[in-house]
Amino acid sequence: MIKAWRVFKEIVRGSAITGRHFFVNMTFHTLRLFGIRTRRRGAVTIQYPEVPKALSPRHHSLHRIRPREDGRSSCVACMLCVTVCPSECITVEAAEDPDPEIQKVPAKFVVDLNRCCFCGFCVEACPVDAIRMDTGEIRLAAAGRSALEVRLDKT
Amino acid sequence: MRGDLLIILVKVVLTLMWTLLLALFLTWVERKESAVMQDRIGANRASVFGLRLFGLFQPFADAIKMLFKEDFAPTFSQRTLHWLAPTFSFFFVSVTMIAVPFGDTIRLFGRRIPLQVVDLNAAVLFVLAMLSLGIYGILVSGWASSNRFALIGSLRGAAQLISYEAALVLSLVGLIMVFPSLSLARIVEFQGGLLFGVLPKWGIFLQPLGFIVFYLAGMAGTKRVPFDMPEGESEIIGFYTEYGGLKFGLFMFTDFLEVIVLAALATTLFFGGWQVPWLGDGGFVFPWGGGIQAAPWAVTVLRVLSFNLKVLFFCWLQILTRWTYPRFRYDQVMDLGWKVLVPLGAVNVLATGLVLAAR
Repeated sequence: MIKAWRVFKEIVRGSAITGRHFFVNMTFHTLRLFGIRTRRRGAVTIQYPEVPKALSPRHHSLHRIRPREDGRSSCVACMLCVTVCPSECITVEAAEDPDPEIQKVPAKFVVDLNRCCFCGFCVEACPVDAIRMDTGEIRLAAAGRSALEVRLDKT
Repeated sequence: MRGDLLIILVKVVLTLMWTLLLALFLTWVERKESAVMQDRIGANRASVFGLRLFGLFQPFADAIKMLFKEDFAPTFSQRTLHWLAPTFSFFFVSVTMIAVPFGDTIRLFGRRIPLQVVDLNAAVLFVLAMLSLGIYGILVSGWASSNRFALIGSLRGAAQLISYEAALVLSLVGLIMVFPSLSLARIVEFQGGLLFGVLPKWGIFLQPLGFIVFYLAGMAGTKRVPFDMPEGESEIIGFYTEYGGLKFGLFMFTDFLEVIVLAALATTLFFGGWQVPWLGDGGFVFPWGGGIQAAPWAVTVLRVLSFNLKVLFFCWLQILTRWTYPRFRYDQVMDLGWKVLVPLGAVNVLATGLVLAAR
């Protein structure tokens, strides 16, 4: 009998919790529907495509090559990112740079996003801080595979 | 004669439309209510010409999706029965609504038209019988699918529904002793009186224990989540494992119809049906003196509105229950049915009998 009463009490308590959530959230939804600003929102949902989600500064999004002051690519085609890449998605073809101080530039820098796992090792490995993953671009869907092979040296 | 037939036809169509539309939008209510309970927003993307309207078009989008899916039946199934099973469960549930009174009588073109499709003099028995016949839909679907999981689900469903049938009937015996009639229209009329001169004479005040047993047994009868033994999404897929497209949609629709039927029955039997507290034919008469005059049409509108609001409240309550509690284990369901609800129902009958005899 005591156990049954305890079970009954818990059942009512559960209903009270979900019911409270319902009524509190409904109140805020209704207030906002009628244009009354409230500090709290009725739901924690972010309506994504309309409302962009704030990305963390550490977020790994689409790669980019940092340009130098004169606008040329800062990559020196040292192949360290190619070597460290666990999914082997970076292809770099080196070419000679007219500036003897720099020696090499990439003739072609391709990141295959079909394979990339966004681990960020290439960013860590780069000795001249050329490759970065801070574009904030996270909509990386494409209709075909070839569209996902991104040329980073041409942008 | 022809006029009578026409009236019946119109009432049948209107009742069916009311029920089906409510069931359609109950899918929306379920998604939205569960979302609000869980601090989410819920389906709001379905739009017509950019008009979203809180996702109110979602049920239609779902219906269109179900309609255009392949009407698939596995080669090892019994084709005819496989096709018939969802029709069975859908038909037997939707037909129960004809016995439920939506309001009192209205006068139209010199006729008195009760707002009820047919006033069966054994309506309670009719409703219970139709709800038990719904078991055939589950059983047949399990057998016809020739699938072990479907069969386990359907047998569980049959066991559960038959067990809770006993509790459901027992819980209503007390009510029928208090309101000596089996006609739902008469039961609602009995509930128009006053208790101790103040309270409306609703079934809930005369039969509180009966209502609890009725509601729990009815919830088990709708076979939704706390009692979803036949379905059991997380263990067996249940009696509609081999169903897809519109046939699966019919099973899902049946669940929502059962929610509505239980809400309508709880309203009619225990919450005064279309009765508004202290509202008589001429207007409000308050027990503390005074009153408000009301035109007959206003009284009718108020009564129909009251019935609808109560039904909506019970639908809301059932969805709240469905999204609050975790599932029972199979043996717990059987325990609750046979060891708790049936004895409670019997105690209720005994107590009602004693009170009635002592009076």
